[in-house]
Order: sequence, then structure tokens, then C-alpha cells
Amino acid sequence: MKMRQPAPESLWHRLSATGNLANRWLCGADASLSLEALTRASSLGSRLDELRGRSVLVTTKDQLPASVALIELDGIARRLILCPPDLPPEYVPSIIATASVDAVVGEPPAAEPRADSVACFVTCTASLAPGAPDRRAGEQTEWILLTSGTTGVPKLVVHSLSSLAGAIEGAVTRGSRAVWTTFYDIRRYGGLQILLRAMLGGGSMVFSSAREPVASFLVRAGKCGVTHISGTPSHWRRALMSQSTRGIAPCYVRLSGEIADQAILDHLRATYPQAYIAHAFASTEAGVAFDVGDGLTGFPASLTGELGTGVEMRVADGSLRIKSSRTAHGYLGSPAEPLHDADGFVDTGDMVELRSGRYYFVGRRGGIINIGGLKVHPEEVEAVINRHPCVQMSLVKARKNPITGAIVVADIVVDTAAGAPASEGLKSEILAACRQVLARHKVPTAIRFVPALEVSASGKLARPHA
Amino acid sequence: MSIRSDITTLFEQVAKEQDRKLAPLSDDLGLLESGLDSLCFAIIVARLEDVLGIDPFSTAEDIALPVTMGGFIKLYENAAAGA
Repeated sequence: MKMRQPAPESLWHRLSATGNLANRWLCGADASLSLEALTRASSLGSRLDELRGRSVLVTTKDQLPASVALIELDGIARRLILCPPDLPPEYVPSIIATASVDAVVGEPPAAEPRADSVACFVTCTASLAPGAPDRRAGEQTEWILLTSGTTGVPKLVVHSLSSLAGAIEGAVTRGSRAVWTTFYDIRRYGGLQILLRAMLGGGSMVFSSAREPVASFLVRAGKCGVTHISGTPSHWRRALMSQSTRGIAPCYVRLSGEIADQAILDHLRATYPQAYIAHAFASTEAGVAFDVGDGLTGFPASLTGELGTGVEMRVADGSLRIKSSRTAHGYLGSPAEPLHDADGFVDTGDMVELRSGRYYFVGRRGGIINIGGLKVHPEEVEAVINRHPCVQMSLVKARKNPITGAIVVADIVVDTAAGAPASEGLKSEILAACRQVLARHKVPTAIRFVPALEVSASGKLARPHA
Repeated sequence: MSIRSDITTLFEQVAKEQDRKLAPLSDDLGLLESGLDSLCFAIIVARLEDVLGIDPFSTAEDIALPVTMGGFIKLYENAAAGA
């Protein structure tokens, strides 16, 4: 996996090459800094050199110091491990062992429990220390991202700056002065993509904060003049419940991480008529495969096969497989399980169906509900429910049943702005809409109106384990 | 409301929802001849659990599966009496 090449191009060098540093900035909930300041100051005090060649765990709580640490350490550290803020502390020792971590970068106080077993702890803050940081790159840094699986120790997925930025070349207009933001945390693949787009595309970046309500974040983003914004469909469904969505006027809206159904695409189109609305397919392992900007759910079948675009997609056993230079290099660990099949494809586990020349996402392979031998993907039922104008979001799940093993039930959040009461009449309307397009066994047998649905730290609808 | 009437009401309601032609209900009616299929029964059992708080299919250790409408009602009446 180690590829030592002379004078690698680091993130810092590439972002500097896009110029205009004086007018570009990174902005968190409590602090902000100009990119130009990094030419003569460091977030790591005077200790940047100590981290050369090391395997560095980045554990800051806030995104702003983490982003600066990543910018400063790419090309310097041998390996960067991005620790999401919600990572359960009990997983840290095994991550430290697997990734041979020999330095930790975090916020003060230095006596962070997460860092106990590692001798080298470097404090990282958004208040830069003046100095003359030596930014010569000597490493082809490995970027380690943690999978957001809901059970067990997360997998450590190995990327490089070139695999992470593979989809960005040509996708971003340099010098565009774009102001990017995302509901994602930048320690996750979807959020990191946005940071890299901002940094490599000549833009600036606003960070969300876990301590900040969605409405306040959107107000702040609006004040910062956000032009480009991304999130999962669940992030967006939650945001659209807030009037603050009117406080931003983005020209680019991006969805990824979950199925973008027609309802959410239509909602966003109505909310931001001036914006280009794209939904992307990407995962930590498979990288960014494609963006679709035609306003329709799913993607054209013409995107599959060998197109000479650097990304090859195919469908096998119903699931989408991806081969490209943007896929991760592998998993870290011993023995590391294979990430690619023999032909170099990553199986995404996302099931698709071909209808009239377009592929539609129907759900995850592991999420299937079995109704007496008949299969249901919760997502395909949710997509139908979400089309009802009074529905904000929904969760379809299995209820155990002694006759058929399971039956389908739905929890629904009603859009209070639509003015409809959560009534029996509304239930009947939603069920009638389901019966019109879904097979009988897929229609929910019970609907429950709930005030809210849990969205996980990775921005996805929290699904009960089957 | 008696258990019997809860059950007959649910048979009629689910048959209507599921667009099934329900045979005239009587204690002798075979469940397989009722016009309802296993999905209908799955729904009926789930709703009875919500209404009555019991699911004799899952809780009883060694139940004789009912074959008639009368047997089905009896199963719930016995379970309710034992609960």
C-alpha cells in the first residue's frame, strides 16, 4: 500500500495553487480563519515537524480545527486517521493499534482520554500560532476514513488525496469564489468531499456544528453567503421543516448518502428554483461514482458500462458495482478483508432496478423485509409515502408476525407547514397512494404518526436492525 | 365489545382493505375458504394483538392451529381467559 514518490503534491500546495488566499476562509460556529494566515502560522503551534512521517489520529471535536489539521498534515504525516466526533471511545484503542497510530492531534486539554496510550499528543486550535511552518511535503499521505456502520468496530478505509479528489478535477470552476457548506461532518466521506471541493476549487467553507440547531446553522450559513450546500436526503427533509431554508440562496444543492427520492428532489426544486440540484452516488469505499442533475430520481442506464470516464459501473445480482480510481485502496487491518472483487469492482450493496432505460435505487441488500417469502425494500415504500404532500419523512420497517414472519409498518412525520392534521383521513389517503403503485405485501399494514424520526450522526435515517 | 365481535369486525375490515371477497362468516367456515389469504391473516393477528394485547400464535407453547372461524375465535377467547 505504501507508495513513496518524490515531492508529492499536498493538499496545502494544491489549494495554494488555486490562489486568492486572502479572500478565502474557513468558518466554524465560534471561530473563523483566513487561508492566507496559514502561510505564516499554524494550528499545531510549532510542532508540525514533529508529526512528519507519523500515523496521526485527528480527534478534535470541532470541524474547524480538524479541517486545518488535515490541510496542514497532508504530505507531512504518513497517515491521517479521521475520527468522527461521535466515535464511541471504546473503539479508539483498536483503531490506534490497527492504524499503528503514533501521534494524536486534538483540542486542549492535552489529557484527552482518547489519547492516553499514545506518547505524542499535539494540540490543535483554530487560534493559529505565528511562525514559519515548513510545508514541504515528503509523504504520500494515506487518509483513513471510518465506515459509519451502526454495529461493531468501524472499518478503516484507506484513501489517498488523489482517490478522494478524483471526482473534483474539472467538476469545480477554479476561482469561482464559491462558499461551500454541508450538513455532514467533514470527518465522513460526504463532508470531506465538500471540504476538498472548497479547498481545491478556490472557494471557502462554512462548517456546521453538532451543538447548533439546524435553523441556526442555516441562518449563519446564509449570513456567510453560502452558494454551495450538500447533505443527505434526511438532512434535507429535516432542514425543510425549518423556515430558515429561506435564509440561504444557494446556486448548487447536492444530495448524497441515501436514496434521493422524487419527493425530496421536487421539494428542493420548489424551495430553490434558481439552484442546480444534483444527487450524487458515493460511498466511503466506492468513492464518488456519478452526479445526476436532471431532477429525476435514479440514474440513466447509459451511465453503466465502460464509458472512458474513469468510472465503470455494472449491475450484478441486482446490486450496483463500481470500479474507478476514486475507490478506496483497501481496508486497514490484519487480515484485511478484500474491498474489491477479482475484477476490481466494489460491491456497493445498493440494490437497483432497471425500468425504461433508467436505474432506480430500491434499497440496501441487508435491509430487505421478508413477508412470507416476498421481499420488500423499506426505501421503495418510503419513496411512495414521501410523495404525499403532507408527509415530511417516513420510516418503513418490519413488525414481527407469526403468520408471515413479518409485516410492513410505517412511522410518518407529518409536514405541519402543509396544514394537515395527522388524521385517520390522512392515513387512508397515504395507504390509497401506496395501494395504487405497490404490490399488496409492500403496503404498510399500520401507520403511526410520530413527531420526529431519528437521524444518525452520519446523516442517515436510523433504521432498526433486522 | 366481545372478542367475537372484534374478530368478525376485523375480518370484514381487512377483507375490504385488501379487496378480498369475504365468505359469509360462521363458526363452521374453514379459514382457507374464507376468501382471506395469509397476508390478511397476518394483518388480523397483528391488529388483534394491538386491540386485545394478546398474540396466541406466538405465546402459546403447543397450540392446535385453528382451521375454522369458530376455532380461531376460541383460540383468542381461551388466550384472553388465561392471560
